[in-house]
Amino acid sequence: MYDMKALYEAASVADAVALRTAHPEAQIIAGGSDVLVQMRAGKRAGKELISIYGIDALRGVSLDGEENLRIGSLTSFSHITRDPLIQKYLNVLGEAVDQVGGPQIRNIGTIGGNTCNGVTSADSASTLHAYEAVIELTGPDGVRREPIRDFYIKAGQVDLRPGEIQTAILIPKASYENTFGHYIKYAMRSAMDIATLGTSVNVRLTADKKRIDRCRIAFGVAGPVPLRAEHAEAAANGKEISAALADTFAKTVLEDINPRDSWRASRAFRQHIAVESARRAFVESVRLAGGEL
Amino acid sequence: MAEGHVMQYKTVRFYLNGRDVEKTVDVRASLTDLLRDDFSQTSVKKGCEVGECGACNVLIDGEAFNSCIYLAIWADGKHIRTLEGLLGPNGELSDIQQAFVDEAAIQCGFCTPGFILSAVEILESGKEYTDDELRKLLSGHLCRCTGYENILRAVKKTMYRRLGKPMPAD
Amino acid sequence: MSKSVGKSEIRVDAYEKAAGRAKYVEDLCGRNTLVARILHSTVAHGIVKSVDTSEAEKVPGVLKILTCFDAPQDRPFPTAGHPWSTDPKHQDVADRCLLNRHVRYYGDDVAVVIAEDEVAAAQGVRALRAEYEALPFVLDVQEAMADGAPQLHQGYDHNILAHTSIRNGDYQKAIAEPGLIRVEGWYDTPTVQHCHIENFGCYAYEEAGRVVVVSSTQIPHITKRVVAQALGLPWGKVRVVKPYVGGGFGNKQDALYEPLCAWCSVEMGGRPVKLICSREETFVSNRVRHAIRSHIVSWVRPDGTYAARKLECFSNQGGYASHGHGICAKGMGAFPQLYPCPNVECDAYTVYTNRPVAGAMRGYGIPQAMFAVECHTDDVCRAIGADPVEFRRKNLMPVGFVDGFSKNELYADTFNQCMDKGMAAMDYVRKYKAYQHQTGDVRRGVGLAVFWYNTAVWPISMESSSCRMVLNQDGSLQFQTGETEIGQGCDTAYSQMVADAVGVPFADVHVITRQDTDITPYGTGAYASRQTYIGGFSIMQTAQALRERILNIAHEQTRMPVSNLDLQDGQIVRKTDGRVLKSLGELATESLYSMEHSQHITAETTAQIKSNAYSFGCSFAEVEVDIPMCKVKLLNMVNVHDCGRLINPALAEAQVHGGMSMAIGYGLSEEEKFDPKTGRVLNDNLLDYKLSTMMDHPRLDAEFVENYEPTNPFGTKSLGEPPTCSGAPAIRNAIFQATGVAVDRCPATPHVLFEAFREAGLIQG
Repeated sequence: MYDMKALYEAASVADAVALRTAHPEAQIIAGGSDVLVQMRAGKRAGKELISIYGIDALRGVSLDGEENLRIGSLTSFSHITRDPLIQKYLNVLGEAVDQVGGPQIRNIGTIGGNTCNGVTSADSASTLHAYEAVIELTGPDGVRREPIRDFYIKAGQVDLRPGEIQTAILIPKASYENTFGHYIKYAMRSAMDIATLGTSVNVRLTADKKRIDRCRIAFGVAGPVPLRAEHAEAAANGKEISAALADTFAKTVLEDINPRDSWRASRAFRQHIAVESARRAFVESVRLAGGEL
Repeated sequence: MAEGHVMQYKTVRFYLNGRDVEKTVDVRASLTDLLRDDFSQTSVKKGCEVGECGACNVLIDGEAFNSCIYLAIWADGKHIRTLEGLLGPNGELSDIQQAFVDEAAIQCGFCTPGFILSAVEILESGKEYTDDELRKLLSGHLCRCTGYENILRAVKKTMYRRLGKPMPAD
Repeated sequence: MSKSVGKSEIRVDAYEKAAGRAKYVEDLCGRNTLVARILHSTVAHGIVKSVDTSEAEKVPGVLKILTCFDAPQDRPFPTAGHPWSTDPKHQDVADRCLLNRHVRYYGDDVAVVIAEDEVAAAQGVRALRAEYEALPFVLDVQEAMADGAPQLHQGYDHNILAHTSIRNGDYQKAIAEPGLIRVEGWYDTPTVQHCHIENFGCYAYEEAGRVVVVSSTQIPHITKRVVAQALGLPWGKVRVVKPYVGGGFGNKQDALYEPLCAWCSVEMGGRPVKLICSREETFVSNRVRHAIRSHIVSWVRPDGTYAARKLECFSNQGGYASHGHGICAKGMGAFPQLYPCPNVECDAYTVYTNRPVAGAMRGYGIPQAMFAVECHTDDVCRAIGADPVEFRRKNLMPVGFVDGFSKNELYADTFNQCMDKGMAAMDYVRKYKAYQHQTGDVRRGVGLAVFWYNTAVWPISMESSSCRMVLNQDGSLQFQTGETEIGQGCDTAYSQMVADAVGVPFADVHVITRQDTDITPYGTGAYASRQTYIGGFSIMQTAQALRERILNIAHEQTRMPVSNLDLQDGQIVRKTDGRVLKSLGELATESLYSMEHSQHITAETTAQIKSNAYSFGCSFAEVEVDIPMCKVKLLNMVNVHDCGRLINPALAEAQVHGGMSMAIGYGLSEEEKFDPKTGRVLNDNLLDYKLSTMMDHPRLDAEFVENYEPTNPFGTKSLGEPPTCSGAPAIRNAIFQATGVAVDRCPATPHVLFEAFREAGLIQG
């Protein structure tokens, strides 16, 4: 039995927006794997909840008219992993969210919830950052879109405005086309864990597969929110593929990241793992893209 | 602090082990509460209440969920299966339950119901999985007695039996 | 006579558990049972100045609040699951109260809220305001022994709960021998938790003027005594019931919250009250394994023999005594026996600190001791250039060794047999050679460790077991013992023993698994891997008594002399010609309903056991170390045990798997972490505490060597705890072979390896 003050159930997006407006203090609950845990711990005890779990319209993956990938915010991790469009265009995201918790958590956890709670360790977040995802939000004034980088304000806080709910996550065609990525979750065990560090790299090679046309890398837990390593990207973009490039790229991430010391891991440890993970994820991405290393 | 919660109840109608059931529930209840308290499904165990141990696992529309972090009201319209539902009309064990018995995959028995239901989801996919894949598919359950070894073997044996294939040697 | 013993019978409780019908504590208490929830201290050490209950009292559904100012502070009680001693000097330390005004760890028990439901209870606890006078606290065991350290309990100077020593030969003289090589090491083991999947829980109510506690416990009869002591009741006023238990591993070998829950019920006029621990409370406010720091100095001759050895161990007790010094002392006791050496000095210290309370946990000091001793053995091998297997063969306890204190004898060449079997299963020789002198980022290694273990508790404590058998009209029988099924399988092993000892088919034996101190004969419970060994005595003795009664009745009914009769497989047989005279069922029915001499056929006896048995074995581990990622992947693991005759091979194998899993966690991932600023446990949940998942294990290989144990009626000895004892040092030694880096602490987490590899120059950073 959860210590909640009241629960409101939204049957549609419009319903959810109306409930959000009527109960501005209420917490949105999607799958509940974070919100209910916090409520039990006393952090959100006694609060009102708005459940959006029943809005089936927010489930599923599709291509829009411009062939952008559109992931409904309530799509569960397991459904993302199994989705044919994800497997075809953005397999790295499917692989990343297939490392969240365990199977039952992947059945209840949603990508919308994963991004809206604003934590840096979310397994989807680094890949979404690396693909420059666009967040779709629906509120009293209609739909607005915002780059994921701007959506994350600070640790635990995202740009979810009064009356709004997140309705989809979009990956622009230009972002995923001819692009191959790899995610490394560094954790203390092989399942049921949160990331000590999450590293997501993707590359698009030149037609001859000899050079990096575009390289992007984002980390989780390398700072208070997921972040891109731009100096490292710049060090790789346009360069000829080589083992030395992988090393240079990897070492350069230290210019971009700012992990903290915590009881879960030291700053030095996370920095060390970030370099090694960046190198390995880069090498694997190049290999997936058909490059030779 | 003592400001009371606004009592709310909702009537949920769902299928429990194939039976059409209806119950008016306190909206604060978890699905674990609903199944244990209102339907005496005591195979649904509480080991952590935060989705980390898997003891409360049930099948909802064929997928495994930790019922402790699933609101009871969300059960509305769903097909929910518990370990009790696997038994035959005269209490016969299903093949996967029997495999847990035969393979000595049960010790204290507290994680057993949750594991068996995840196994049901795996087996009903009709797919053949490698050991590593099975380990991953069962990784949402913690067990302190068995080292998982015989649990893996029970699931694997049943998988091959259902596929009509001999089980490969280790 | 053996028909069932030695066979892999299906567990007697397997159907109930597979069908979901087995009822555990929380499945049994009624829906309207009141809920008790504890306010735990938020300082690691201090004096509770006040507890403001005014806001909590206003919470709807809160019925009563009891604080440390309500709880008697002048009636401390002991909690350890040990048999009571009638000698006051041997009694466990009584340093607990129901609730404490002097709190000694972050998470100590300050107050309890009794409410109509769990939400009201939680709200009530959150609304309580406790004020503390914070005192300085100490978490480290050696800092707690230093001059000026905060004092936890009166009368324990420097917080030393106990200090015991062993002095054999003359250490000082022995180390003067020329040419000796000195090898020294400090080895640290962590605070870990049992993590049975069923948290501890109990409920209590009054019936007919007595207190009944239904509890998830390993020790119902001991708990009865402790509840009575804590509440100041005559012992006969308390009844404890044990239903199915979802694992214990030693945590439930303590009276945990049964006394507090019983007190809550008494204070509520006998209404049923439940106190079910959350997982967080299980991690912090139940019991943990003692973190032990060991210091070993060995003086080795170049020929690979020991001239002299020294051990000091420092055991972190936490805030209260619980099982106390028994754990560290048991570990120290292993030291001079495992690798006998004429000149040995040992000192063991058990020290109060402001950490969660340490108690019994699977292995009872031996996993800690074996980590230190077996890491050190490989350190010695490295120092003198010896082969780890050959060195052990040369120095391990030889056949015929007798320990003067316990009188235990090593009857068989167990260590060599176990190592031979393990080496074959691991393909050790080939791998050890192949993995020498590796370079590169990813390297492999194999390692081994042996262990010493002692079955049961004689001669430290009393050992006895009682058994009752009652024959049914159909020739089947019920039996009960005071030893407790908690998941390990003793009900099944016992049923097999009973079948063979009485002479009936296994299917005709019904164990009464639910224990009730009003009904179940006295037994001290499940601990010390004693059940099959100790229970075997009372089962054999009671079976003989029952057989004697049965054969006397058979004589009455058949007029055949008793000496010519036998009971075999449920039939009364005339031995002289093998003729079946009648079935046991016919005999029992006739006896019970006889118009001339009606008899209800039962037997009950107590066996006192004044013997003990070594139970030895070893572990082999193969690892792959990804040096840049600071990660160890366990590729293979083999355990080999000599636990005497296997009563049930399939269940024995399963039990070893579980122990190996616990050892893997001990070696690689599990530890409670403490906030140095507050003393709070940082990872009090199953997400942050890294218990292995199915993906963290390789295939586990459990092997056995069966040397019949001559001191036991069934030839068996301990297996419950031994599988946990040697896995962690085997993993450490495998990492050592792979990388050349000796990690002298467990678990070997990536954080520990990062520092170790940096120091060794294997990685930059």
